[in-house]
Amino acid sequence: MSAVGTLYFDACALLALGGALGVVASKNPIRGAMGLLLLILGVAGLFLALHAQFLAAIQLIVYAGAIVILFLFVIMLLGPSASTPSDRRGIAARVFGGGLFGLAGLAVLWRVVMAAHEAHRLLPMPQPDDSFGGIDAFGSALFADALVPFELSSGLLMVAVVGALAVARGRQGQKSMSKSELHLARIPFPVETARALPTATSGVFGHEIHLHEAQAASPTAPAAPTKGGAS
Amino acid sequence: MIPAEQYVILSALLFVIGGVGFLVRRNVLVTLMSIEVMLNASNLALVAFNRSRLAPGAAQSYVGQSHTGQVFAFFIIAAEAAEVAVGLAIVLAFYRLRRTVRSDEADLLKN
Repeated sequence: MSAVGTLYFDACALLALGGALGVVASKNPIRGAMGLLLLILGVAGLFLALHAQFLAAIQLIVYAGAIVILFLFVIMLLGPSASTPSDRRGIAARVFGGGLFGLAGLAVLWRVVMAAHEAHRLLPMPQPDDSFGGIDAFGSALFADALVPFELSSGLLMVAVVGALAVARGRQGQKSMSKSELHLARIPFPVETARALPTATSGVFGHEIHLHEAQAASPTAPAAPTKGGAS
Repeated sequence: MIPAEQYVILSALLFVIGGVGFLVRRNVLVTLMSIEVMLNASNLALVAFNRSRLAPGAAQSYVGQSHTGQVFAFFIIAAEAAEVAVGLAIVLAFYRLRRTVRSDEADLLKN
């Protein structure tokens, strides 16, 4: 039983660590989202081992079912522009900052581990009631002890939805623009700059630029097929 | 039984990985995902400590053992959903403005 528990913990921990490394290290954001999914599965498995069944279900539903899908939706919407080309500018400062943070975190971790080792006493893991972490007990705790924060969190989600709509909608719908005005408004900088960008011919609004380019090109040349399903 | 230290150590490792990713990567989408990694690590630590410190609940008549850490994790999940919705909306607005998702292109306030 103990061996099975250790094996389960190791598998879930490896899943979570591998997923986190995949998020941080992958060049393609879709692979990053898959790494996030692995991390979520691993942490949900650890929640199950920690007698938090309801939280494990919530983790799978909210994270894997909503947040990862939202990430994937935005990545697909942005098309190839979602993966930025590698850029070495400022790599020294980035590595220095990240390394400093990592070393500080690992130093704190090492200190804590040594302190726990010297204390010769592990944290207790008492066996809880069978109902602990289930939906009955958790719901009772939520609505008895944390009713006000629960209601406030509904307000938070409401404000977040309205704010996300307001931010993502942009200036569309404020006034009706003519077609040329709309075309100008959707390209906020000169078309030469848009041509210089390697990823500007695909993505959310890329097809308009592409059409513009096709019109500017010689009429005998057929328009190249748009990539990324932009049309 | 796995001791709580191993969960806390794993959580600290995940947090460090997420923090390094947040500091090093320049893709806004990856930055947001690194924040998710860090919040997941904190959730894991909260639930592990909750399991380790099973004090009687505040409302004894309803709750046998305290679920404080799990309730914290629940609210963190709710806040995280809101954060992702708003963050991805900002990413979309930023992409509309600059046609890139590189965070160091967000320099409209510079100079």
